[in-house]
Amino acid sequence: MSADSGRVLPEVTAESQAFWTGGFDGELRITRCQDCRGWIHPPVGACWRCRSRDVEPEVASGRATVASFTVNHHQWLPAFPAPYVIAVVELDEQPDVRLTTYLTGVEVDEVTVGMSVEVVFEEHDDVALPFFRPVAA
Amino acid sequence: MTFADGKAVITGVGQSQIGRRIGRSGIDLALEAAERAVHHAGLTFDDIDGVASYPGPVAAEAGFVGATTHDVRDAFGMKTRWHVSGVETSGQLGTLMDAAAAVATGRATHVLCFRSVWEATAQASGRAAALTEKATRASGHTEFRVPFGAVSPANWIGMYAQRYMHEFGLTREQIGKLVVNARRNAGLNPNAIYTAAMTLDDYLSARMISTPLGLYDCDVPCDGATAIIVSRREEAAGLAHDPIAIESVGAALYERHSWDQRGDLTTMAAHDAAASMWDGTDLTPADVDFATLYDGFSYLCTQWIEALGFTEHGRVGEFLDNEENYALDGKLPINPHGGQLSAGRLHGYGFLHEACTQLWREAGDRQIKKDLSVAAIGVGGGPEAGSMLLRLGA
Repeated sequence: MSADSGRVLPEVTAESQAFWTGGFDGELRITRCQDCRGWIHPPVGACWRCRSRDVEPEVASGRATVASFTVNHHQWLPAFPAPYVIAVVELDEQPDVRLTTYLTGVEVDEVTVGMSVEVVFEEHDDVALPFFRPVAA
Repeated sequence: MTFADGKAVITGVGQSQIGRRIGRSGIDLALEAAERAVHHAGLTFDDIDGVASYPGPVAAEAGFVGATTHDVRDAFGMKTRWHVSGVETSGQLGTLMDAAAAVATGRATHVLCFRSVWEATAQASGRAAALTEKATRASGHTEFRVPFGAVSPANWIGMYAQRYMHEFGLTREQIGKLVVNARRNAGLNPNAIYTAAMTLDDYLSARMISTPLGLYDCDVPCDGATAIIVSRREEAAGLAHDPIAIESVGAALYERHSWDQRGDLTTMAAHDAAASMWDGTDLTPADVDFATLYDGFSYLCTQWIEALGFTEHGRVGEFLDNEENYALDGKLPINPHGGQLSAGRLHGYGFLHEACTQLWREAGDRQIKKDLSVAAIGVGGGPEAGSMLLRLGA
C-alpha cells in the first residue's frame, strides 16, 4: 500500500502468493486440482469440485473472455481515475473460473461481453497485478 | 408444514427516528427502536429473555454497526437466557432466523432482534475514512477485487446486472419503472428519506455510478434502527397483536461464497434461498399478497422478484413493464414503504418491519388496500441472501 498513490494492494497469503507474484515472471498462475484437473480461483486449500487437498498453482495461458464488465464513473481511488473498466473474465482453460480484473488498453465504450482479452502485468511493490487488455484482432 | 412447527411468531415491531445526518448515536437509535418494539408487542423488558442482532461487532465502515447485542442488554439491564449476532449469516435476516429457532426450541421466549445504523451521520462527520486512508492491504473477501479498482458493491453488482441485461434484454427503463414506483410509495411514507416525485426521465438522466447502475439505482445511507420481537407462539396469546407466523425461511447457499464465481452470473444466492424457502412450505408464489424485497441496489430487487418465483428466470423485464404487477394497488405490491432506495438503508430489517406493519394494517397512507395475509421478504444480494415467508394469524 502506498497511500500517496491511492492504490490498495492485495495482502499476499500462502494460498495467493503464486497468483500475485507470477507476473514478475510473466506467468498467470492459477491454482489447479492435481486430481480432477479443475482450475480454482480464488485459491483455497482444496478443490471445491472433488474435495482433493492436492491443489497447486499452474501456469494458465493468460487468455480469457469478458463475461461481464462495468464502467466505473465514480472516483473511489486516486490510482484509478474515472472512468475505468472493471471486468469479470473467464479463463480460456475453464470458462467457469473467473477473475475480477482491470481492463487496460481499451476505450471505456468499446468493451463488450464476449470480448477476447489477454493478461498484462503491472508491478507494484511485491505484487504484479494481472490486468487484461483486448487481444489484437 | 411450517418453519419450526409454527412455534415462532412475530409479536411487535418498532423503529427509531429515521433520517439523514440526524446526529444521534447508533446505540441511542437502537434503544429507541427497542423500546418501541417491546411496547408495541405489549411486553416489558422483563419479558425479553433473548437478544439478536446483525452483524455483531465487526470491523466495518463507520456507522455500519450502530450497536451490538451487549450494548443493548447492558443499557437496559436485561436478564437474558440467549443471545446471538453474526455477519456470516443468511443476509441480514440470518440472526432473525436464529432467534426464531431459539424460541421454537425453548431457549428463549421473547427475543428482541434489532439492526441499528448511523451511516449518514458517520459519513458527514468524516469518519467514513476513505479506503485509501485506512486500508493497508486488501484482504479477506476483497483481496481479489479491490486491487483492480473494484472497490464498491456498485461495481460488483453492476457486473451482475450487465450480464443479465446482456443475456435477457432487461433495460434501464424497465429497472427505472421499479425505482420510480418505490419513490411513489415513499411519498406516502412519512418516515422515508426521499419523498419527492421522481420521473423515469429523472432516473435515466441521473449520473452514472458504475454502469449500468446510476445514482438512483443505489440506496441511501441513513440513520435509524429497527427492532422486531420474535416470540414463542404459546406465549404470544393475549399480546397486543394477532401474531404473525414465520411460515418458512430460506437460508440456502449452494455455491461458493463469492461475487464472481457463481456458475450462472444471471442468478444470485437469492435463488438458492428462495428455492429452499418454498421447499419448506405448502404455500406457493401465487399465495403471496405483497413482497418487500431488498434494493440496496435496484438490480437486487429484480433478482428477488425472479428468485421468489413471481416471474420466470429471464422474464423480469416483462414483469416490470406492467406496473399493474407491482404498484401499491397492483397484483403484488412491492416495497410499499419505498425500499432502501427511497426510505433509507435500514439494512434489511426495514423490509421485515414493513411487511409486519402492512400485515397489521398499521401502514397509514401507504397501507395496501386489499386483504393481506401472506408476505414474502427477500434480503441480501450477491452471495448473501435470506428470505422469509410470513403469515398473519394462522
